[in-house]
Amino acid sequence: MSGDVILLAHGSGGTLSHDLVEKVFLRHFDNPALLQLDDSAVLEISNLQPPSSNLRLAFTTDSYVVSPLFFPGGDIGKLAVCGTVNDLSMSGARPLWLSAGFIVEEGLPLADLERIVASMATTARQAGVQIVAGDTKVVDRGSADKLFINTAGVGLVPPGVSIAGDLAQPGDLILLNGTIGDHGMTILTQREGLQFDSPLESDCVPLYGLVGSLLAALPPGSIHCLRDPTRGGLATTLNELAIRSMAGIEIDESVVPVRDAVRGACELLGLDPLYVANEGKLVAIVEPEAAEAALAALHNHEYGRQAVIIGQVTKAHPGRVVLRTLLGARRIVDMLMGEQLPRIC
Amino acid sequence: MKYVDEFRDPALARKLLARISSCSTRPMRLMEFCGGHTHAILRHGLRTLLPPTVELRSGPGCPVCVTANPDLDRAIALTQVPGLILTTFGDMVRVPGSSQSLQHAKAAGADVRMVYSTLDALRVARENPARPVVFLGVGFETTAPTIAAAILQAAAERLGNFSVLSLHKLTPPATRAILDAGEIALDGIIGPGHVTAIIGADAWQFLPTEYGMPVAVAGFEPLDILRAVADLVDMVQDSQPAVSNSYARSVTRQGNRAAMETMDRVFEVSAANWRGLGVVPASGLRLRPEFVQFDAAHLFEVDPGPTREHKGCRCGDVLRGTITPPACPLFGQACTPARPIGPCMVSAEGACAAYYQFGRDLP
Repeated sequence: MSGDVILLAHGSGGTLSHDLVEKVFLRHFDNPALLQLDDSAVLEISNLQPPSSNLRLAFTTDSYVVSPLFFPGGDIGKLAVCGTVNDLSMSGARPLWLSAGFIVEEGLPLADLERIVASMATTARQAGVQIVAGDTKVVDRGSADKLFINTAGVGLVPPGVSIAGDLAQPGDLILLNGTIGDHGMTILTQREGLQFDSPLESDCVPLYGLVGSLLAALPPGSIHCLRDPTRGGLATTLNELAIRSMAGIEIDESVVPVRDAVRGACELLGLDPLYVANEGKLVAIVEPEAAEAALAALHNHEYGRQAVIIGQVTKAHPGRVVLRTLLGARRIVDMLMGEQLPRIC
Repeated sequence: MKYVDEFRDPALARKLLARISSCSTRPMRLMEFCGGHTHAILRHGLRTLLPPTVELRSGPGCPVCVTANPDLDRAIALTQVPGLILTTFGDMVRVPGSSQSLQHAKAAGADVRMVYSTLDALRVARENPARPVVFLGVGFETTAPTIAAAILQAAAERLGNFSVLSLHKLTPPATRAILDAGEIALDGIIGPGHVTAIIGADAWQFLPTEYGMPVAVAGFEPLDILRAVADLVDMVQDSQPAVSNSYARSVTRQGNRAAMETMDRVFEVSAANWRGLGVVPASGLRLRPEFVQFDAAHLFEVDPGPTREHKGCRCGDVLRGTITPPACPLFGQACTPARPIGPCMVSAEGACAAYYQFGRDLP
């Protein structure tokens, strides 16, 4: 390829664009639907498992603008696949296909782009999805910050699965699959050049495997809500669920797991881990009878080893999240006000 | 986590609470001077754990909140000086002045930049040698020394385009003003931990000596605060007012001499205008005449326009401790952190923001 940085011509549709598609995108995102190279990918749905006359698709999109592009535990490409895969998974859908749109700033080292594309391909394989459509635009230096990625995704919702933010019932238990705040604090400390004894690492992972094992382990209909607490953190996600379901939520501060390095960084910077973003976490609200099996299913999966029941849904104080503090007092946990940290995802 | 968990130990907290409950036989009202304490108290739910005999009341210890509208308007007017860059700490940007906030001025094209330290402000000045760079200096004895150090640094570098609009305030005179006004009956004061790390615990000796008022200087972890409350309860019950120091890991009797000396080199004590308290003599810091070339108040003549106060806003009463935030009719209704009317709902140290965020309508 000519040169080792992205030029405006790489987005022009000419020879350099073709080179880029062939040597970077197609090489890494190798699948029949993409290789058709037509203006749109044509996808076969008649042979999807399980077959169903009542076929429901989940469809979502998200854009990724994280800075820096590479961080401990991931990069913008891994994030762009995980984020969309996880959004699909939170509807109980099995993620199938993604599109990927790249907005590249002129001058981005080609090696960086290739490394990011390779990371997307690896993550997609791990998540069981194919990247079947794509687009690249190159903009003048200064018109974007190195690289922005948009991914959209389609998934299949299995029959009998009905998971939504407004389905939490009083008495339901709330599960969380591990420590909070890892992603947000990793990005922030990278950007601020802060270092800690035990290094921080983003928790960015695709969660469909974990959701799949939950679905398999529990009776149909016993999972009421699934959410991934990304921007705004656990506190904001719980508030959204409380408001949507018009139910109260009560959680226990002492059981919410936070890594020491994350706590330390938060103490230092005056942040509350409850509001810090995650990229590999899910909140599951399940019927009380199913909670034990759900916890066991989470514990059996590599992304759920530290899963805990953090609280329950209440009839009292609908729309509000209340925290039992370490000292046994109760206080409100509000939504995130304004922006705690910019450009974390 | 070391140095944190020890000060949040639930078992020790229960012991202290039991001691407070058993010792406080008569109702008492304690004022936490510092907004950082108000936030810690509400965040950890301490108000709900204390016995009904012990009432905590927030005081004026939020530097952003006590900045009076004329001063705020002056800072906003400064942004209209051609080419001027105004640097400030984050919370100040959102505080509404008489007619607008710095945030609004910024949206309309003013160059307002948030910085995390005065060193960042100096960097902005170095990078923009042709433009005047003003740092909006808001804070108590905790921040004033760092701003003094920045001015000394600017002098050493001959950084001719850097200046400070000093709205710094001193905490002991404000405490005195509240007690002298006699509007609110207090039995004890939780002394500000960070301020006292600078000025030293002895600086509060006038409270027991002249006012018979016990003081307990506290850190910002739950056990620090409970220990201070327990000390105050003992002193009140025994009628033995004194200065106790439950934050000995940071606070000494003499304070931080180097910081005080730096502050004294650059600043001199002057009257200051406090929201809620009005002009309090000898309660502020202005630049000494020999640093006049770094004094934005002297360098730029601006017209801040007429001062206006929001009719319903009771931030002044909250800052004097005469009401708690929920007693303000605007609280949580017209005034919320998303659409603040008064500064106490804006600042990370503001009492209204703390009550709203952690304590509103707790079921």
